[in-house]
Amino acid sequence: MNRIEQEREIVAVAKPRTKPLLVLAFLAPSAIPLVVFIFVPMISAAWISLQKWNLLSDAEFVSFDNYVSLATDSDTWRIFLNTLYFIIGYLPLVFTGGLVIALALNRMIPGRSFWRGIYFLPVISSWIVVALIWRWLLQPEGGLVNTVIGFFGISGPGWWTDPAWAMPSIIIATAWKDLGFVTIILLAGLQAIDPQINEAAQLDGATHIRKLKRITLPLLTPSIFFVVVISLINGFQVFDQVYAMTGGGPAGASNVVVLEVYDLAFRYGQAGKAAALSWILFIVIAIFTWLQVKGQRRWVFYG
Amino acid sequence: MAKQSQRSNVFWITLLVALGAVIMLIPFAWAVLTSLNPDATISINDSIWPERFDISGYTALFETLPFFKVILNSVGIAIIVTTIQIATAAPAAYAFSRFNFKGQNAVFVGYLATMMIPFQVLLVPLFIQMRIFGLIDSYASVVLPAMASAFGVFLLRQAINQVPRELDDAATVDGASHLRIFTRIILPSIKPALATFGIFAFMASWNGFIWPLIVLRSPEIQTLPVALAGIQGQYTTEWNIVMAGSVISMIPIFLVYVFAQRSVVQGITSAGIK
Repeated sequence: MNRIEQEREIVAVAKPRTKPLLVLAFLAPSAIPLVVFIFVPMISAAWISLQKWNLLSDAEFVSFDNYVSLATDSDTWRIFLNTLYFIIGYLPLVFTGGLVIALALNRMIPGRSFWRGIYFLPVISSWIVVALIWRWLLQPEGGLVNTVIGFFGISGPGWWTDPAWAMPSIIIATAWKDLGFVTIILLAGLQAIDPQINEAAQLDGATHIRKLKRITLPLLTPSIFFVVVISLINGFQVFDQVYAMTGGGPAGASNVVVLEVYDLAFRYGQAGKAAALSWILFIVIAIFTWLQVKGQRRWVFYG
Repeated sequence: MAKQSQRSNVFWITLLVALGAVIMLIPFAWAVLTSLNPDATISINDSIWPERFDISGYTALFETLPFFKVILNSVGIAIIVTTIQIATAAPAAYAFSRFNFKGQNAVFVGYLATMMIPFQVLLVPLFIQMRIFGLIDSYASVVLPAMASAFGVFLLRQAINQVPRELDDAATVDGASHLRIFTRIILPSIKPALATFGIFAFMASWNGFIWPLIVLRSPEIQTLPVALAGIQGQYTTEWNIVMAGSVISMIPIFLVYVFAQRSVVQGITSAGIK
C-alpha cells in the first residue's frame, strides 16, 4: 500500500457514520424492488417446488415428490443432455472463432473499429429476430444456406426440421450471434498484454506460433476464463433461440431445460414441478461455476 | 524483405477479417431482401435474387396486427424501465460509495447476489405474484420486476468511486447536504457511466423475451419480440411478413448502436450478458 492509499484509508475510517434515515432514503428505491421481486420469489420458488399445483386449484404439499419424479424421469436426463450437447457444440465453435478474429483485430489492420462494429451487430440484436432470420436461412427448401450448397451439387440437410440437425442449427445460430461478444472480451485481454514482451521474444527469434503458445495464450487466460464461465452460465439458460427456432422439436430433439420449465409451468399446469426443475438447474449452474472458480488455479495465469 | 512480408501479412489478415464480416452481414442483408420479396412465400429454389420487389410484407404487418401499437409498447416500456432503473440505481450507488453505515458491505454483497440468481427460477413465483396483484396482461407486470438493477448500482458505484472525494469535501465545508452533492456534483461527473448504463438497460428491455411472453397475453399490449414470435406462428410460410417485422424491430437498436457504439460495447462487456 503506498502512502496516498494509506491516507485514503485513514480518511475512510475517520468518515462519520451517516444518519440511518438518509441511508434508507438512498437505498430503499432499489432495495425494496430487489427484495420483493428477486429475494422473495427466490424463496417462494423453493416452497412452490414442494407443492403439486396447476396454478388454478389449491396447492397440495407433496414434499420432495417433484424432485424424485424429475430425477427418475428419463425426459429430465434427456433435456439436460441436450443442454450439455448445446454447450459442447457451441463453446469450442464460438471460442475458436472469437479467438481468431480477436488475434486478427489486435494487429494493425486498416479500419479496426469499423470491423469490430460489424462483428458486434448480432450481439445487440434481439434473439427473436436472430432466431427468425436463421430459421429462414436454414429453411430446408428455399433457404439461403441450402440454396447456396445446392449450387455445388450438394443437397443440404433438413436443418431444424430434422431431429439430428435441429441442435446443430441452434448451435450455429448462437455461435454466429455471440461471436462478437467473445471477440470483444478476448480483444480487451489481448490489448492489455504489454507489447514489449512479444517484441523481446521476437528479438530472441521466437516464431509466431511459439509466441502465441508460450506468451499470448498464457497471458490471455484470465479473459478466456471469463468467457468460459459466462458462456457456460448462458449456455445452461438457453431459451429464446430454441423457443423461436425449433420450439424444442422435432420430437423433443432440441428441448432444453429452461424451455421445459416454461412448458411445465405455463402449458402443462405443473407449476410445482417447474419450480423444482428451475431449482435443480440453479444448483447445477452453481456447481459448475464453483468447479471452474476452484479449477482456475490450475490454468489461469494472473500476471 | 521483412517489411514486405509484414505488409502481405496485413493484407491476408484484413482479408480474413473482411470475409468474417461478410458472414456477419449476409443474414441481415438477406432479411432485408426477403422482407421486400413478395415471392418469399413460396420456395425459391433456383434464384437468390428476387424477381420483383414490393412492400406488401410491411403493409400486411400493419393491416393484420396492431403493429404500430406493438412498436409503441416496446418503446414506452423500454423508456420507462430505463428511467426507473437509473433513478433507483444512482442514489444506491452514491450511498455505497460515499456513505458510512453499519452493514454496508453485507448489503452490497446482497445486491451483488441478486445478479447470480438465474431469472428462470423466478418465473413461476413472479407470475403468481403478478396474478395476486392483478397485473397479468398489463404494462406494470413487465415494468415492476425491472425497477431495480444491481448491475446498474455496481456500474455506477465504480464510476462514483472515480470522482475525487476532495470535490464533495469542499462542498461539505460550504454546508452542502448529501442530496445537493449527489445532484450537483456527482451526477454531472458520471454522465458517461449513466449513458452506458442507460443504453444497456434500454437494450435489455427492448430485447427481453421470456418474461413479456409469459405476462403479456393480448396482442395490443405485447412487445415486439413477443409479437414477432407470434407472427411466425401465424404466417409460417410468408417469410416476407416475418422478415419485415424483424427488420422494423432492428432499426431502433441499430440507430442507438451507430450513435453510441462505445457505450453499447462497454455496457455489454461489463455486464457479460447478452
